[in-house]
Amino acid sequence: MQLASFDFQQNHFQLFGLAQSYRIDMPRLEQQYRALQALVHPDKSAHLPDAEQRVAMQRATLVNEAYRTLRSPIRRARYLLSLHGVDIQEENNTVMPQDFLMAQMEWREAVVEAQQARDATALGQLETRMEHETRELEAQLAVKIDAEKDYAAAAGLVRKLRFMEKLAEEIHAAYDAMDT
Amino acid sequence: MALLQISEPGMSTAPHQHRLAVGIDLGTTNSLVATVRNGISVVLNDENGSALLPSVVRYAADGSVTVGEAAQAMQSEDAANTIVSVKRFMGRGLADIGEVSRLPYRFVDTPAADHKPGQGAGMVQLRTVAGVKSPVEVSAEILKVLRRRAEAALGGELVGAVITVPAYFDDAQRQATKDAARLAGLNVLRLLNEPTAAAIAYGLDNAAEGVYAVYDLGGGTFDISILRLSRGVFEVLAANGDSALGGDDFDQRIHCWLLEKNHLSALSPQDTRLLLTHARAAKEQLTEHGETHITAVLSNGEVIDNVLTRSEFQAMSQNLVQRTLQPLRRALRDAKLGVADIKGVVMVGGATRMPQVQHAIGEFFGQEPLTNLDPDKVVALGAAIQANLLAGNRGGDEWLLLDVIPLSLGIETMGGLAEKIIPRNSTIPTARAQEFTTFKDGQTAMSIHVVQGERELVSDCRSLAKFELRGIPAMVAGAARIRVTFQVDADGLLNVSAREMGCGIEAAITVKPSYGLSDTEITRMLQESTQHAQDDMQARALREQQAEAEQLLEAVQHALELDGGLLDQAGREKIEARMVALRDTLQLADHLAIKRAATALNEATVSFAQARMDKSVASVLAGKNISDLEVKP
Repeated sequence: MQLASFDFQQNHFQLFGLAQSYRIDMPRLEQQYRALQALVHPDKSAHLPDAEQRVAMQRATLVNEAYRTLRSPIRRARYLLSLHGVDIQEENNTVMPQDFLMAQMEWREAVVEAQQARDATALGQLETRMEHETRELEAQLAVKIDAEKDYAAAAGLVRKLRFMEKLAEEIHAAYDAMDT
Repeated sequence: MALLQISEPGMSTAPHQHRLAVGIDLGTTNSLVATVRNGISVVLNDENGSALLPSVVRYAADGSVTVGEAAQAMQSEDAANTIVSVKRFMGRGLADIGEVSRLPYRFVDTPAADHKPGQGAGMVQLRTVAGVKSPVEVSAEILKVLRRRAEAALGGELVGAVITVPAYFDDAQRQATKDAARLAGLNVLRLLNEPTAAAIAYGLDNAAEGVYAVYDLGGGTFDISILRLSRGVFEVLAANGDSALGGDDFDQRIHCWLLEKNHLSALSPQDTRLLLTHARAAKEQLTEHGETHITAVLSNGEVIDNVLTRSEFQAMSQNLVQRTLQPLRRALRDAKLGVADIKGVVMVGGATRMPQVQHAIGEFFGQEPLTNLDPDKVVALGAAIQANLLAGNRGGDEWLLLDVIPLSLGIETMGGLAEKIIPRNSTIPTARAQEFTTFKDGQTAMSIHVVQGERELVSDCRSLAKFELRGIPAMVAGAARIRVTFQVDADGLLNVSAREMGCGIEAAITVKPSYGLSDTEITRMLQESTQHAQDDMQARALREQQAEAEQLLEAVQHALELDGGLLDQAGREKIEARMVALRDTLQLADHLAIKRAATALNEATVSFAQARMDKSVASVLAGKNISDLEVKP
């Protein structure tokens, strides 16, 4: 093994010793994350000089960031596409299929209605449907990235997933609002 | 020295003496200190056998300070100079303290805008007969007593302390706590979240596995943390709470009830404190009894004589209990878990003794909460266990603690909106970088306002600091690219740095903490408090430096024996030369010389330490010995 293996330049997959693909071995990611943190976490160097504590903090920060990225399907996809040099254009490409946008608008209206009616059951049902839809998109993403290597199509799916992510945030906020 | 820590799995580390470390629960009502002795965490008592130090500080006109029970005994008589529940003021401005009119103190408001040197910017101050005191100074008095208690009991200087804070404390409150510890002469090994400390004490004791909720209702703060315990890893999934809700509020309810019952208004500070003291006693009585008598004589001779029943008390405090359920639901949602996923509910904090709290929580989770631990002591016990680990006393059976930041960090954007940079419940340490640009031609400065909280409007969030970025090279609007990095360390504290990306110029940052003490203020306070103890300090510093230097030499020697092969000839010679230099200074009674030589040796070993850490990391990546490396409970 090379000594320089904790290289801040290596990508997140290399950091955890995982194959670079959308579908990943989650239990292994978790296991590697914990094993790495057990070595680099600042708690391991709390009694050491400042310089070493700083190194530990930077390494632990990187390990946390890498884990956060790979654990989440949408962040993992974004990251993979960026490694392939694909610009997802999440901010500026707003051209979406008409039916997808219509469905999104209906979702949002339903969330607002459920919140106003303080109907937690309705909100829960929306959440379940939304999660189902999200899983569907993620399954397509796996095919586009890993099997077909169609990164342009994958970028389109990531943009759709971003809408779903925002929707999930709105559902979350609706629960919070209903609580107060 | 990293060299000690990262020996290969299965190999023992160098033998070294037990380093004295303590855990301190700096509570709203009571504070405690604990340590690990012979492998067991124990709370240290004072000379009268009391574990709990009332968090009460009294200032006298002659400048003398009393802390604890002696101060508590004077709280009605000398209410304005006897500070109770100072934790509620830590990192807080006057506007944050809701019950100002009901408190017997003379508050001094110091808005950040007209912050003068020597006063904590923005943080409320208290005028006493001994002068204006900041909550940081008051808390430091409590910590000093605990430090002395620990040093007397352990017979030596402390290497460091873990200080606990409510999980829901924001950056300003955390920083204030750390400042107080520094002021008390304590080396802070870590700020540890109170529910996490409790989980360590409970989890290690019971070899717990699964998802647990820690419900921590203290004197002035409420926390709920959801943790996953598995194979020696304590992973906080979500934290929530209310840093202005606690047992004190239950006292206030009884206090208000007394005022109403007796048609009282505008009481003197003394009478207010008197009734609050009786209210607290009544609350505690009602834990065991169905009703309680409250009798008191006010300063004007008026006699208070009321009977309060448990059901009356429960009715008047019901919405306080309900207020804890909202953060609970949020924490569960953030953790993406339901009530059924929770294996056990650990109850922490004296206020969880109230039957109505236990009942409500039992009902919410559909299971009896775990009350087999002393809710007053479990936080300090857990903190001591963690302090022992952080001081480097353990070998082998270590655990890993993955905690989170409880509140989102953001910056102010156009229109007074807060844009989240680091979302709540991110595992720490964590960092996020954000790029900014200029919006005017030739603009050379910009200011960044950092806030903490979940709300959309900046005015609804807590202002943490305003940063001035200066020295940006003059360019056309939008051409400068300034990368600002927000780093949250393992204490949950934020650090900000900025860099101009185009020409790589490090932009100067002026930090204006909205609610804190600057480093110069801390230094000044430290100097003031230790002037007369100057000689003691010198002697102490010398002993500490000698001990540290000896440990360092031992550790480096050990590391060289194990992994010397990782060094080239020149690297090894450099380290060995500096070891000789350090040994030479040990004979001198000059702690600064020892420190310089130790720092030099440390510097020479940094890359060696990294190489050794890399070697360990490499073996993880190679996939070998994974089971050896995994931490076990």
